[in-house]
Amino acid sequence: MLLEVNELRKTYATGFEALKGISLKVNKGEILALLGPNGAGKTSLISTICGITNPSSGSVIIDGYDISKNFRDARKLVGLVPQDITLEPFEKVLNTINFSRGLFGRKKDDALTEKILTKLSLWDKRDSRIMELSGGMKRRVLIAKALIHEPRLLFLDEPTASVDVELRQSMWDVVADLKKDGVTIILTTHYIEEAEAIADRVGIINKGELLLIEGKASLMQKFGQKILKIELQKRLNQLPKDLSEKNVKLSDDGLSLTYIYDTKQKKTGITKLLSNLSNSGINLRDIQTDQSSLEEIFVNLVKEKAE
Amino acid sequence: MNFQAVKAIYFFEMARFFRTLLQSFVSPVISTSLYFVVFGTVIGSRIQEVEGISYGAFIVPGLIMLSVMTQATSNGSFGIYFPKFIGTIYELLSAPVSYFEILLGYVGAAATKALFIGLVILATAAVFVDLKIMHPVAMILFLVLTCISFALLGFILGIWARNFEQLQLVPLLVVTPLVFLGGSFYSVSMLPSIWQTITLFNPVVYLVSGFRWSFFGNADVPIFVSLLAISSFTVVCVIIVAWIFNTGWRIKQ
Ligand SMILES: Nc1ncnc2c1ncn2[C@@H]1O[C@H](COP(=O)(O)OP(=O)(O)OP(=O)(O)O)[C@@H](O)[C@H]1O
Ligand SMILES: [Mg+2]
Repeated sequence: MLLEVNELRKTYATGFEALKGISLKVNKGEILALLGPNGAGKTSLISTICGITNPSSGSVIIDGYDISKNFRDARKLVGLVPQDITLEPFEKVLNTINFSRGLFGRKKDDALTEKILTKLSLWDKRDSRIMELSGGMKRRVLIAKALIHEPRLLFLDEPTASVDVELRQSMWDVVADLKKDGVTIILTTHYIEEAEAIADRVGIINKGELLLIEGKASLMQKFGQKILKIELQKRLNQLPKDLSEKNVKLSDDGLSLTYIYDTKQKKTGITKLLSNLSNSGINLRDIQTDQSSLEEIFVNLVKEKAE
Repeated sequence: MNFQAVKAIYFFEMARFFRTLLQSFVSPVISTSLYFVVFGTVIGSRIQEVEGISYGAFIVPGLIMLSVMTQATSNGSFGIYFPKFIGTIYELLSAPVSYFEILLGYVGAAATKALFIGLVILATAAVFVDLKIMHPVAMILFLVLTCISFALLGFILGIWARNFEQLQLVPLLVVTPLVFLGGSFYSVSMLPSIWQTITLFNPVVYLVSGFRWSFFGNADVPIFVSLLAISSFTVVCVIIVAWIFNTGWRIKQ
């Protein structure tokens, strides 16, 4: 167990309760993706674990070290890439990175600096001032700053916000390399595909509560459902026999069919459904598909919780 | 103790200073020269001597104090305010550094800069007037203590300030007037007696007086009172800083 969060609560000075008793455990070498709508409390959770805000109650243990009682030992293990780009505009890339390493009590290590900057395609920019960099480069500088002290637990707060497709891919390559080195990673994102691509487990946060945390595979099934809607040319009074057995439903007005299927399965059954329809002499007007969105799933999860 | 972190903060701050070294060097030289032209020549031609010292030499300790106090305060406040303002303070808060180490780094750098400027002014002044320092050790002690205590004051201001206006308010509205009214350019004994009494409530009087004593051997107030004043001021600042750190006031949400 690398990270253990117990009943963590955070009430801000405004009286707003951003974390309502969150508990979770993360294993060594695991990648956990935290999903949740804006204002859910993802950043608050990360800030509290990293020491940027004080918890109102509850405890956080990192590799056996309590973040308040053994803050030095605990923080030495942690790297943080914040959500907002916060860098000193007039500093040079190399200086700001060496500064970060120094803060963690480590002497300058030129070989490591070069390795990390090269991996993040920043080596050419090492003598540039921060203000001369593009947004995506600045985000990579933040990542380099978080990696330079060789953390064992890395927080990435929306690392791919405002990052282009190519860079996103290279960022995931970096994450994959870190995982290979045994680094535990907790990241937040709004993109379900992103969580799907790299996470081992996914946690969903809403309104300061951890609604669920489970393995990617089982969660993806819920997200993987799609609805196929077929509009018919003529009203249908009853479904043909070979269709009614399946997940097909006829609307009340008899003018459309809906079919729920799983994109993750090898056979979605769409071909069969369509050929059955044409065999039965049913003519189609239009076809559309719908995916249950992240928001819908949140809503459903919140409803389930309330019941 | 995370010395590496103290070093990192200290040199990061000093680098900011060295980037503008010319500016940091030239502006005190010019302003000191101006003071000598205006105060030394114009006023000095009317006031020949104060307490047996030429007026030009008499104002040197006050001039140094004026710059050192304002520089230490503004450097100390800016050093910690800037990361708070642009958000890079997240890095300090999430690193394995104690508040004491953060303080050491920022206040150390601010005090060093102020000390540097104080010495530049001293050297510039030596060009204009004949200077003898009677108690060099005491002079250095006063200078260093003033740099540190006002850098501490600045650090407190930097944490307190919510915007740039507030940041400049105290140095401009409190420190500078107190120094001007603190006998930098005149001897307290030259004032009407009612003002002499009022002046004694100005803490800067004790610092300027003690500092001047280290140059010329005479003072407005006894030297041990001056030492007591600067020491208690330092202690008060340390207590306030300790309170800030214990509560996380205006640092952590
Ligand atoms: N310093 C603060 N003082 C008061 N309230 C705050 C503070 N920081 C955050 N909040 C509130 O706490 C809630 C959670 O914010 P948080 O930044 O943790 O959300 P998030 O899940 O990271 O959202 P996003 O996806 O937009 O980044 C929000 O309602 C926010 O307004
Ligand atoms: Mg956030």
